Order: sequence, then structure tokens, then C-alpha cells
Amino acid sequence: MTTTDTEQTAPKAQAALSRKSFGGVRVYDHVILWLGVFFMMGPLVVAFMTSTFDHVLIHKQGMQVGFGGEFLSTYETVLTQQGGFTGAVTGWLMTQNSFILGIGFALGKIVVSMLAAYAIVYFRFRAATLCFWVIFLTLLLPLEVRILPSYEVVQQLGLLNSYTGLILPLIASATGTFFFRQFFKSVPNELLEASRIDGAGPFRFFVDILVPLSTTMIAAIFIIMFVVGWNQYLWPTLMTTDETYFTLVRGIKQIMQIMIGADIPKYNEALAMAILAMLPPAAVIIIFQRMFIKGLVEQEK
Amino acid sequence: MTTLRIKNVRKVYPNGAEAVKGVSVDVEDGELVVFVGPSGCGKSTLLRMVAGLESITEGDIELAGRVVNDLEPADRNIAMVFQNYALYPHMTVRKNLAYGLKNRKTPQSEIDARVNEAADLLQIAEFLDRKPSQLSGGQRQRVAMGRAIVRHPAIFLFDEPLSNLDAKLRNQMRLEIKKLQRRLKTAAIYVTHDQVEAMTLADRIVVLNGGQIEQIGTPAEVYANPASTFVASFIGAPPMNLVPANVTDTGMEVGGVTLDHASSHRGPVTFGLRPERAHLVANGGAPVEIGVVEELGAVRLVHCRLGDSDLTVTQNADEPVPTGSMGLEFSAADAVLFHRDSGRRL
Repeated sequence: MTTTDTEQTAPKAQAALSRKSFGGVRVYDHVILWLGVFFMMGPLVVAFMTSTFDHVLIHKQGMQVGFGGEFLSTYETVLTQQGGFTGAVTGWLMTQNSFILGIGFALGKIVVSMLAAYAIVYFRFRAATLCFWVIFLTLLLPLEVRILPSYEVVQQLGLLNSYTGLILPLIASATGTFFFRQFFKSVPNELLEASRIDGAGPFRFFVDILVPLSTTMIAAIFIIMFVVGWNQYLWPTLMTTDETYFTLVRGIKQIMQIMIGADIPKYNEALAMAILAMLPPAAVIIIFQRMFIKGLVEQEK
Repeated sequence: MTTLRIKNVRKVYPNGAEAVKGVSVDVEDGELVVFVGPSGCGKSTLLRMVAGLESITEGDIELAGRVVNDLEPADRNIAMVFQNYALYPHMTVRKNLAYGLKNRKTPQSEIDARVNEAADLLQIAEFLDRKPSQLSGGQRQRVAMGRAIVRHPAIFLFDEPLSNLDAKLRNQMRLEIKKLQRRLKTAAIYVTHDQVEAMTLADRIVVLNGGQIEQIGTPAEVYANPASTFVASFIGAPPMNLVPANVTDTGMEVGGVTLDHASSHRGPVTFGLRPERAHLVANGGAPVEIGVVEELGAVRLVHCRLGDSDLTVTQNADEPVPTGSMGLEFSAADAVLFHRDSGRRL
């Protein structure tokens, strides 16, 4: 998330630059930017640096600045070592699980909310507006509030310790529906009429016209939802008792917990895992933000 | 043969508003009929009912001999050109043109042939692989027409297709639409609020007002013999002069001046005279006071006062600029009289 914040401040500062090109203002802007970068990235850099040191040294001397010699060995251990209580899970497997959850969560939310918004905006059925507001009201009932009933339902469906159980209860999305609804309402009605004259039924219109027009929206929602899905903690913790379904975010805690007691906690591995857990969402944001901007520019008329 | 028959068609919206109040129009083969009227007169609603985008409350629409009231737009054999083009922004021009044919499961070779034919006709062949956002307004308008042409429809429906273009381009595209329609010999309905477009394009004009037909006729008929004061003031720029008058046994009183006029009608009327049918003379005629003079280049508009009524006279720019008090002359045959209350032609 830190990357988004810094990258969002950058264009604003550039806009300010083009408005007032006084030297003084430029320096001032840059100072603010650098401060922002320092505060946002500083802790991450320190965490990364510390993760390259031996855990005993970290235990004695605290967080480190500079590079230790343990980079390769630490990250290799984190990714490949059989960890956990049963020893059945590696960092690599947890990364995979996190990807499955993040992508499944984001795609699921996009599909469900697009279809819901399509129905609400384009089909004249009774109480369409009511339906929309009922969907919107579910914002007042986040997973944390309904976690026990949700668990019970998933358990009765026999979906505990499965990817389906991990993803399915999370994909209903009021925010996604809301965004797509607003977007669909802004699509000119004449496009629908033109496609009707061109012989496109409701399904063809959705697939051939609406979905391609929504790519920008889809990318934007994918960014947000992937990060949210990746960072899910409570539901996966509750849902998965089988360690082969553990996600990275859960795994970080696992490392600290297991080691506490007889041994010195493996701080370096925990930090390495935190860094690893942060990389994919950051990558997704960087990659999709390009597409996001490209989409915006191309559809400009 | 008649391509399209609109028979006593009414449109009442669910909120009770009556947009079209019983309209009947026939469009003959190869004919270009223009629906013209102010905004809210029901012209677009009528067109959209022909297209199948609006349901028909009452009456029948017959296309090529069959009633199409309950057919989907795609099944009506029509093609429509929208005001804001309504091109699919994410598709190339080629795909835009081909989309309707593809949905109809037309063989690919046939699609290619038709797309190329339309592209040649409209001179958009070089843009076929571009997206609409990379085209200018005029080019987009051509693509929109191309999308209509490839369908080989029984009738073209144009919904104010030129109102998004600038004035110069509008004149050019207007001419092209007319040429194209002549060449394809396909019937067409063209909806506009611009009376110049209506006059220049139409084989026949349908003037609509408040959901009803005011007059149907060729541009010349509608211009020379308006059926009502509404048509008289709507068609022609500057509009027809309309002046309250009173017909008595001795002649016609206009603003305190009595003019010679033979009419069987007696009593209050509205007297109408086209600006270019009136002439200003130094001596004789009805006395007028010259007011503002507007120079338009080839002609000038002279605003003058006859009694207590305002009149506009069009004059060639090579005539001397009129000033002060002059006389107004016109031929009695050019004067048209309307009923004072109903506004209908007498």
C-alpha cells in the first residue's frame, strides 16, 4: 500500500509544478516528496536490511541498517523450508495460496459485482433500486460481524480447508456493485440502442460492448481487491486448519509463534516473509496502474 | 410502392404524457422524408418508434408491407444513424461496420465485401483499422453512416445526425447524405430541428408540432403555402412576416394602413408575407419606417415598421441602402392569410 501512496502524490506534485514553475516552489515540493518517500519507505528498507542478518545478532542488537551476509540463505530458507506444526508447508506454497486467494477474491468480486450492476442498471425489473440499496446495505455487515454464521454455512457445505471455502464467502461486493453501477449509468444509452439495432441480445451486449468498455474499471477494482484479498487474515485463520492452505500473511505470525519458547525467534525469517508478502501486491499495483492510465488516455474523446 | 406506412400512431408515456398524438405518414420507395419541428414536438419519438426503440401505444407501423409493431429493432430491416454517432469506442472502424452483420451470422466473405463497398462509398477505407477516438467528427459521422449502409436496410433512419458537427462541416455532410441517399435509392427518414437541413435534404417535409402533423409537403410547397402560422414561422430564415390584420369590404387593414386585397374572408386575420416577396420603393406602396439594416453579404435584411407592426424585408445587397420613410409593395398573390385564432390557413 505504501507504493500507491507515494505514486499518487507524485502526479499531484507534478501538476503543481507545471502551474507554478518558480524555483523556490520546486525545491519545496521536492522536499515534501522526499519526506514522504523517507517516511513511507524507511521502515520497509530497514526491515529488508535487517532480514539479511543472522537472527541471533538481531536479537542482541535490534534492527539493522546495512547489509548482512545472510540474504540468500534466509530467503531460501523462508521459501523452501518445511515449516509449520506438521512441517507440510513451505513459504513457496504459502505464496501460491496467497495468489490463489488474492486473484480468486478479486476476479470473483469483479464477476459478481459486474453481473449485479448489469442487472440493476439495464433490466427494468420491479424494485431494482430497492435491490441495489439492499446490496449496498451489506456494507454495514462486514465479515467480522457475520463471521460465526458464515463459518457455520461454509462448514455445513463441507468447504472448510478448501480454496472454494476460502474465496466464495468473500466475493459478494457492495462496493464493486456500486462502482460498476455508476460506470454503467455513464455509458451512453445510444450504444445500447445501436447494439440492439445491430442485433445484439443482452448477453452479446454485455460481452461485446460493456465488458470491453469497462476494462479501466475492471483494472482499478482488480488492484484494490487483489490487495484486500491478499491481506485477508481473519477469515483464512478461521477457515483453514490444514496448513497446506495457509497464506503468507498467516505464515508470518506462524514463524514467530512456533519459534518462541526454547529458541530465539527467527526475526530475520519473519521479516523476510513480510517483505515477500509485500512484493506481489506492490507489483500488481505498479503493473495495473500503467494499464489504468493507458485506458484512461485511450478512451479520452 | 410504399416502403413505410405510419398509421394513426400514438405514443403515451407511462407518466401520461402524450408525445405523439395520432400521426400518419407514408414514405415512398427511395424517398427522403424529413421530420422537422421544435424540440419536444415528438419527431424523435416517432423515429424511435419506427426503429423499434420505443413501444407503440396505438396505431400501426408497416415496413415493406408487414406490420412491425412488435418486432425487435434488429428484425425490422432498418438502420439508424444517431446524433452522437454511437460508435463502439473499443472496436476498430472495420469491426464497428461488421458488428451487425456478424451478429446476423453473415458469412465472413460477404461481410468483407459489404464493409469494403461501404468504405469506398464513404471514402473511409484508409481509416478501417483505426478506433473511433482517432477520427474527427466528420469521419465518425461517415463511419456511423457506413454502419447503416452495410446492412442494406429497407429504410435509413437519421436522428439529427449533423447536430454535433460545426457549421461548415454540417453543410458538406448534408450534401453528402443527400448524394448518398440518391445513389443508394433507399428510403430514408431524417429527423432535424434545423429547417435549413429540412429544406435542402427533403423530398417531402413533415412539419411536427406538439405531437401532431402541421403540414406534409415538398419543401417548395411548405415554403410557399404554409398550412399554419406555425409552419410559416418555422420554415424559412428569416421567417415569414406575420402581422395581425383585419379584412373588410374595402380591403385589408394592417397597422392602420388599408391595403388592397381581395379575399372572401371578412374579419380579423393574420397576414403573412415572405421577406423576399416584399419590395421597398421610394414612392407609393404602404408607408413604412426603416429601422435596423443587417448586411449579410449577398443580401441584406431590412427591418421596418408598418403602422405598429414589425416587418422584415430581404433585398439584394446591390440595391441602395434604404433609409427613412419608404413604401412597401408586394403582389397580392404572395400574401397568405391565416385565421387569427386557430392559426390555420384561410
